[in-house]
Amino acid sequence: MTVKELSELSGFSPVCLPEPEREIEGCYCGDLLSWVMGRASSGQAWITIMSNINIIAVATLCDTSVIILSEDVALDDGVLGTAEARGVNVLSTALPTYEAAKELSALI
Amino acid sequence: MRAGWSETERNMSESLKFHFDVNGSSFTSAGQASVQVKKSLRELGIPAEAIRRVSIAMYEGEINMVIHAHGGEADVIVYEDRIKIVLNDHGPGIPNIELAMKEGYSTAPDNIRSLGFGAGMGLPNMKRYTDEMTIETEIGKGTCITMWVNF
Ligand SMILES: Nc1ncnc2c1ncn2[C@@H]1O[C@H](COP(=O)(O)OP(=O)(O)O)[C@@H](O)[C@H]1O
Ligand SMILES: [Mg+2]
Repeated sequence: MTVKELSELSGFSPVCLPEPEREIEGCYCGDLLSWVMGRASSGQAWITIMSNINIIAVATLCDTSVIILSEDVALDDGVLGTAEARGVNVLSTALPTYEAAKELSALI
Repeated sequence: MRAGWSETERNMSESLKFHFDVNGSSFTSAGQASVQVKKSLRELGIPAEAIRRVSIAMYEGEINMVIHAHGGEADVIVYEDRIKIVLNDHGPGIPNIELAMKEGYSTAPDNIRSLGFGAGMGLPNMKRYTDEMTIETEIGKGTCITMWVNF
């Protein structure tokens, strides 16, 4: 499933989609950036409640396919522009991380 | 010979160097050097796993320089089959390296933790993802961390 396809499903909404055709290959959940850095891998969706600017660097370095902000977390000011500039996809969902991962798991 | 590394570039010098100033005053730019290095290494055709290890180690080091040392400098040197990363700062130094290397040990303040840092995983991650790591540090003078990634 591509990031764009996921963004069109109810429950997930697009925040920014500079690379809509990226394929979602698995998923990683976590909020401690150092932990995520060492463990998330290329192509995975990353579900987190973190919304500060540093998530963009982590997503870029891990080459995740999309950041999914759970629990209706909104992006901090200025982060959106950086995400777009770096080609980092971001979606949001009202679901808690576990529920979002469960949902995603059924789809991919 | 690696794809993407042109004859001219190879002949110009034995190694390729990248230099970055890491701004210690803001989190907004933290990670910029690592992201740039990742991009450059990709263009050079360095194997993906080596790039991943270099960028993770460098990102952790960059963040540490911002959180703990008011910024510093990062140098990356690409050799034929390995990459050297040197992180240099003029911060407070590390009083007890053995303790600092322990997973979970952190002196980061709460406002840093709320950003998702300060898990005390940085130095252990740097060690884990590189083939060689040395820390030179002097209290009140600064810290210099040298890491090697072979590929
Ligand atoms: N460049 C540095 N200058 C001074 N102290 C440092 C530096 N890097 C790391 N430290 C010390 O080592 C500790 C452990 O570092 P690290 O494993 O990266 O964890 P964290 O950054 O999450 O605290 C830090 O909390 C800090 O006390
Ligand atoms: Mg750290």
